[in-house]
Amino acid sequence: MKVYADNAATTKISDTAFNAMLPYFKEMYGNPSSLYTLGQKSQEALCSARETMAKYLNCDMKEITFTSGGSEADNQAILTGAYLGEKQGKKHIISSAFEHHAVLHTLKKLEKQGFEVTLLPVHEDGFVRPEELKDAIRSDTALVTIMYANNEIGTVQPIRELGAVCREKGVLFHTDAVQAAGHIKIDVKADNINMLSMSAHKFHGPKGVGMLYAKKGINLYTLIEGGAQERGKRAGTENVPAIMGMAAAFEESCKNLEKNFEYVKGLRDKVAAELSKIPHSKINGDITKGLAGTLNMCFEGIEGESLLLLLDDRGISASSGSACTSGSLDPSHVLLSLGLPHEVAHGSLRISLSEYNNEEDVAHIIKNVPEVVAYLRSMSPVWKDLTEGKKQYVIQ
Amino acid sequence: MLYSEKVMDHFRNPRNLGTIDDADAIGEVGNAKCGDIMKMYLKIKDGIITDVKFNTFGCGSAIATSSMATEMIKGKPVTEALKLSNKAVVEALDGLPAHKIHCSVLAEEAVKAALFDYYQKHPELEKPEGLSDCAACSGGCCSCH
Repeated sequence: MKVYADNAATTKISDTAFNAMLPYFKEMYGNPSSLYTLGQKSQEALCSARETMAKYLNCDMKEITFTSGGSEADNQAILTGAYLGEKQGKKHIISSAFEHHAVLHTLKKLEKQGFEVTLLPVHEDGFVRPEELKDAIRSDTALVTIMYANNEIGTVQPIRELGAVCREKGVLFHTDAVQAAGHIKIDVKADNINMLSMSAHKFHGPKGVGMLYAKKGINLYTLIEGGAQERGKRAGTENVPAIMGMAAAFEESCKNLEKNFEYVKGLRDKVAAELSKIPHSKINGDITKGLAGTLNMCFEGIEGESLLLLLDDRGISASSGSACTSGSLDPSHVLLSLGLPHEVAHGSLRISLSEYNNEEDVAHIIKNVPEVVAYLRSMSPVWKDLTEGKKQYVIQ
Repeated sequence: MLYSEKVMDHFRNPRNLGTIDDADAIGEVGNAKCGDIMKMYLKIKDGIITDVKFNTFGCGSAIATSSMATEMIKGKPVTEALKLSNKAVVEALDGLPAHKIHCSVLAEEAVKAALFDYYQKHPELEKPEGLSDCAACSGGCCSCH
């Protein structure tokens, strides 16, 4: 039996999205910049995709820039905010400790250029506090960038409140909505968002395509120079099939938002309840205020990579924040930002479900995870020391 | 694939897994903070390692290198076990990804730590030159590799 439980990493493309892409490979393959009919058909298709995205985000289609994905959109938004601020002598940026690396590494680059970065804490429950944002904003703050929902633990940030703080203080507000888009309702106006990044493959669209929403009046910094595509803000012939796939996937997801949320949450909550019965285990972040499908847990005394490999042998695809899976010596910065000690963060497992999962999948996960955890504990000298009282449990 | 078939075989079916209650020597290396700890138990008779068992907390390659190291020293004279190098363990496993080489170093150190313990318990034996106590290394694997 195969269970795909890594939907926060990427998703299977939906039939709707797949079928929406097909005509643009071999029939309507014209360059949208070309004058003749074949090209103009592609241009019209792009226009309709832009309209769809705008409709479900509650913005104007001119406020949408198609990109190669979430990372590019994050880079472009942050550099835009930084350089616009710099022109006014503002070189301070506020973000959070558990952002995606597309955000954190861009901020590191800006630090080398003389910008100052404040990373707000996310506390044990995995949320940025609006009042702490308020206190952190200075007269020279150019940009605030805080993710809509966290990719590892799924906590949904109080974006509307954070956006309101920024609006009140007159600071640009960007949110990386890669995990949230297509999963929870986003309204850029009501949420007080100035810029927003998203990526199609997280909501059953194709890989390699995303978009950046930038409120009218924000002059985007150009990452890729060249032709006049995307109003000159993102050169390069548009990836028409992928953009069509993204729009179709987004529309489908947004139309089924509540239904999918309830269904997926039902599955996830069952997994959470059962796996919580494993002794000395812990759910990371407050999942009651999180995405429907994401569950991140730590199991004391074991290491995440060996857990993933053994689950893979049993047909389960999942992910972990252990150092060995990240290719570095440190476990996930997200788990460390919650205050978890290194040795506990190494034993983490992320299960992320979607509407393509079912009760059978849940049963398979619930049966296999406890068995694999027990097996790894049986060979772990750390677990032996814990059970013999030579070491104190971190997770009670 | 991330790992060779041999690594996956030793990971899935670890040899000499377990503990020895009346072990003649025990070595433990690594650090939970870094994500890997290996503990080795030896039975030694007349200078020969007659039995060896291990427990490991760590990733796939940590478990596989522990398993392979135990196979490579079982039945061998202590003097030969002392010569076990991490390189030999890596070769026996048909290679490891570059960022996993430190796991093989840890396996070598676990054997050395156990043998150091053995010589500590047997002051009448002449301790081989250069044998140091890897287990006493304060920094654990993070600072060494």
